[in-house]
Amino acid sequence: MSYSLNVNGQTFEVDVDGDTPLLWVVRDHLGMTGTKFGCGMAQCGACTVHIDGEASRSCVLPVSAAAGRQITTIEGLSSNAARAVQQAWVEVQAPQCGYCQSGQIMSASALLAKNSNPSDAEIESAMSGNICRCGTYSRIKAGIRRAADAINAGEVA
Amino acid sequence: MGKFQNNLQQHAPGRRQFLKLAGLGGAGLVIGLRLDPRAALAQQSGTPALSYNAFVSVTPDNQVRVLIKHLEMGQGIYTGLATCVAEEMDADWSQIVCEHAPADTEKYANLGMGLQATGGSTGMANSYQQMREAGAAARAMLVMAAAQHWNVPVADISVAAGVVRHGPHSATFGELAAAAAAQTAPAVDSLVLKNPSEFIYIGNPDLPRKDIGKNTGTALYTQDVQLPGMLTAVVAHSPRFGGKVRSFDASAALAVNGVQAVFEIDSGVAVVAQDYWTASKGREALKVEWDDSNAEMRGSKELAELYRSLLETSGTLAEKEGDAESVLSAAGEYLEASFEFPYLSHAPMEPMNCVAQINGNSAELWYGCQFQTIDQMVVAEMIGGRPEDVVINTLFAGGGFGRRANPFSDYIVETVNIAKQHPGIPVKLVWSREDDIRGGFYRPAFMHKLSASLGPDGKPQAFKARLVGQSIMEGTPLAEMSVVEGVDVSSVEGLVELAYHVPNRLVELHSPKVGVPVQWWRSVGNTHTAFSKEVFIDLLARNAGIDPVEYRLSLLEHNPKESAVLRLAAEKAGWGRDLPANTGQGVAVHSSFGSSVAEIVEVSVAGDRFKVERVVAVIDCGTVVNPDIVKAQVEGAVALGLSTALGDELTLTDGLVDQSNFHDYQVLRMSDMPEVEVYFVDSDLPPTGVGEPGTPAIAPAVANALAAITGKTYTRLPLKIG
Ligand code: FES
Ligand code: FES
Repeated sequence: MSYSLNVNGQTFEVDVDGDTPLLWVVRDHLGMTGTKFGCGMAQCGACTVHIDGEASRSCVLPVSAAAGRQITTIEGLSSNAARAVQQAWVEVQAPQCGYCQSGQIMSASALLAKNSNPSDAEIESAMSGNICRCGTYSRIKAGIRRAADAINAGEVA
Repeated sequence: MGKFQNNLQQHAPGRRQFLKLAGLGGAGLVIGLRLDPRAALAQQSGTPALSYNAFVSVTPDNQVRVLIKHLEMGQGIYTGLATCVAEEMDADWSQIVCEHAPADTEKYANLGMGLQATGGSTGMANSYQQMREAGAAARAMLVMAAAQHWNVPVADISVAAGVVRHGPHSATFGELAAAAAAQTAPAVDSLVLKNPSEFIYIGNPDLPRKDIGKNTGTALYTQDVQLPGMLTAVVAHSPRFGGKVRSFDASAALAVNGVQAVFEIDSGVAVVAQDYWTASKGREALKVEWDDSNAEMRGSKELAELYRSLLETSGTLAEKEGDAESVLSAAGEYLEASFEFPYLSHAPMEPMNCVAQINGNSAELWYGCQFQTIDQMVVAEMIGGRPEDVVINTLFAGGGFGRRANPFSDYIVETVNIAKQHPGIPVKLVWSREDDIRGGFYRPAFMHKLSASLGPDGKPQAFKARLVGQSIMEGTPLAEMSVVEGVDVSSVEGLVELAYHVPNRLVELHSPKVGVPVQWWRSVGNTHTAFSKEVFIDLLARNAGIDPVEYRLSLLEHNPKESAVLRLAAEKAGWGRDLPANTGQGVAVHSSFGSSVAEIVEVSVAGDRFKVERVVAVIDCGTVVNPDIVKAQVEGAVALGLSTALGDELTLTDGLVDQSNFHDYQVLRMSDMPEVEVYFVDSDLPPTGVGEPGTPAIAPAVANALAAITGKTYTRLPLKIG
C-alpha cells in the first residue's frame, strides 16, 4: 500500500504494509538512519521522533498512523530548542557510545519546546522513556539545564 | 525451500593457531613501517592521506589522520589515542581526524594481548607509549622535511599547533605532507618524548571528543550500514540453550511479501528479506520444531539448589596462604556470610548485528568489531581462506560492556553462515532486543561463602572464600592462558591476593558445567568478588564496632594505592557527616585492571524503596590522559554497576529465559541516576585501566549504606530492602 509521509518538511511516497512501524520506513525505505532501533516495544526511546512536535516512539507507530502528520527526525531538527540541545550536548560531552543519543536529543528538544524551564522532576519524567546503557544520564540532565538557560537567555537565535 | 546443510562444525580457532598468534607479543610496534594504502579507509578529506607510519598520516589539506586500533564503543578511545599522537606531534587538536584501523594483527595488536582486540581496560594502557611514539615519529619527519626545504638545522626548528617554524619560515603540516612522508622514518629509540610538564593535551580536561556525529544522527553504526543490493536477515534461535532445529515449515514465512529465503543454519533458521520489518514478519510466521535433547533444561531454581549444595563442599584450590582451615576451626569469634548473584545480560543499546559479504574464499565485513584477530581467524576457517582474506571494517559500536568480544565470534559466525548462501551480496544480520536478552553469553550467576575468624581486636586472622559459578574461559581459545590448575582466574579475581592484610587465607572454586553460555561483563569476576569482599569487610567492621573506613585503612597499611583513594574519597564525601533521618553512607574500595577505586555513596530509604542520592568516586589510574573521558567512564561504570544493584537480573525457568526486553529486564533509568563526583589521585605513572574499574565498588557501597541505615546485611544482588 502507498503512503504519503511528510518527513523533515519533505514529502515521500512509500509502498509498504500499513503495519510497518515508522522506524523501519524511515530507516530502511527512506535511508535516514539517525533514528535508532533499541527495543521495538516503546521501552528504550532510541527511536524517538517528533510527530506534530510531540516526542513519539517510532518503533510502535504504524506508518498508516503517521501518514499526513508532520514527522521530524534527528536529521531534520531545526527548532531553537533543538539547536540549543545539540549545542549543550557538545558542551557537556554527553554521548559515550552515542547510540541512544538521537532519541535522547529528540525527547529533550520536545520537552524544551513546550517547557523552557523544566524542574528536575519534569526532566526526569520527560526522559524516563529513554534508556542510556552507557550511563550518561547526569550529563543529559546537565545538558537540558544548559540548553534551557541558553533558550531563556535568548542565546539561541 | 529445503535445508541447506552446513558442514562447518568447528568455528573456534584451533588452540595451536591461537597460541601462535598470542605469541606475537610486541609485534604491534611498527613505527617506521610504511602502511599499505588500504589502511587509509575513510575519506574524510578530499585529498589522499600520506602515511608516516601505521598510525599517522597527513593530507595536503592539513588533516592529521590517526588510525585507531581499538574499537570505539563509547569509552572514548578515539579521543584518548588521538591525544597521545597530537601531544607528541604538536598538532592542532582541530586538525585531528580519527578512523578505525583495519584488521591487521601484525600492525595493530593489543600489545598486552598479542591479538588485535579491545578489552580488559587495556586500550590506553597498552597504547600510551606506542601512540606517543607514532606522533613523535611523524613530527620528526615533518621537521626533517622543513629542514631540507629551508636548508636549516633540524635542531633550530620549532613546532606548535600544527605549524612548523624557523625564523621567518613557517609551514603547515599539510604543506609539508608529501615531503615529510618521503623522509625515512626515525628509529624508535631516537625519539625524544615530552616530559609530563610539557604536556598541553595529555591531562587537558577541555578537549572535544573525536568520535563525532553522535549529536546529529550522522555517526555510522553497524545498524546503519546500507550497501547496494544488501539483504537483511534475522534468525529464529532455539528458545533453550543447546537446542537444535528438528524441523521447520517455511511456507507461511515465504508467503510474507518480500521474504526472499528461509534456511537452516547451525544456530537456527534464517529468514532473509530486503528489509528488517519484512524479515521479522517472516520469522513470526515461521514454524520451527526444536530438538531439546541436548538443551539445558534447568532453571534458576534448580541451579540455585545445585550451587547452594556445592557451597557446602570443598572446591578446587585457588589460593592458600598460611593455614586458614585450622585457624577457622579453632575456638574464637567467627563470622560467615553467603552471597548470591544472578546472570546478567550486557544489553548494550545497539543489539548485536553484523554485515558480511562473501566472495569465494574472501570476505568483507562491517561491524563494531572488538576481536579482530579471532574474528578473522574464525571467518577465514569458515570460507576456506586465510585470515588476511577477511577484510574487517570496524565501525562504532553502540555499547558493548564485553559482549562484542565473543570468544566464538557467535553472531559473526551466524552472519557469515547466512551470507555464504548469498555469495557476492552483502547481508546484514540484525538481532532484535529479544534475541539479545535471550541470546546468552551472560555474566555468570555466582554464589560465594565467606568466613573469617577474628582476633581480639576484631581483625580477621583467617579468611576463607568458596565460590560457585560457571567458568567463562573454559572451553574457549583463551583457556590456555586463563585457566590455571582447574581454576579460571577470572572467577576468583578480586578475592585471591586479597587487598586486605589477613595472614591466613584460603580460596576455593567450583565451576559447574551449565548449558547457559557465559562471558565477561564489564569488570568480569570483580562484578561479584568486589561485592562479597566489601560487604563482608563492612560486616567485620560493624561487628568490631570500628568505623568502616578506619577498619579498612588498618588492613591496608601495606597498600598505599587503595589507602590513598579511600582517604581522598572519605575527605571529598565528608565521611561521617550528619545526614537526614533514614539516610546513610556506604563505602567500598576495590582494585582491578591496574587501577584502584574508592566509592562512597549516600542512600536514602523510604519504606521498601531506596534511592542513591550521591556518589563520590576516586580513581587512581596512573596518568589521566583525558580527565573528562575518565570521568565519563567512571560515571558510566557507576551507572552500570548501580543497575545491577537496583534491578538487572536474568532468570530461567525450565531452561527458558524469563526476560525478553527492557520491560522485564529492568535497567537503570534517569530517575535512579545519582550525581557522581569523580576525583583523581595525582600520578605520573603510566595509565592503567579506566573502562571497567569504576563498576565493582558501587553495588557493595550501596549495600553498605543500606546496612548502615537498617542494621541488616545485604548479600544478594539485586538489592531488596524487605
Ligand atoms: S526502539 Fe522504540 S522505544 Fe526502543
Ligand atoms: S551513550 Fe551509549 S547508550 Fe547512551
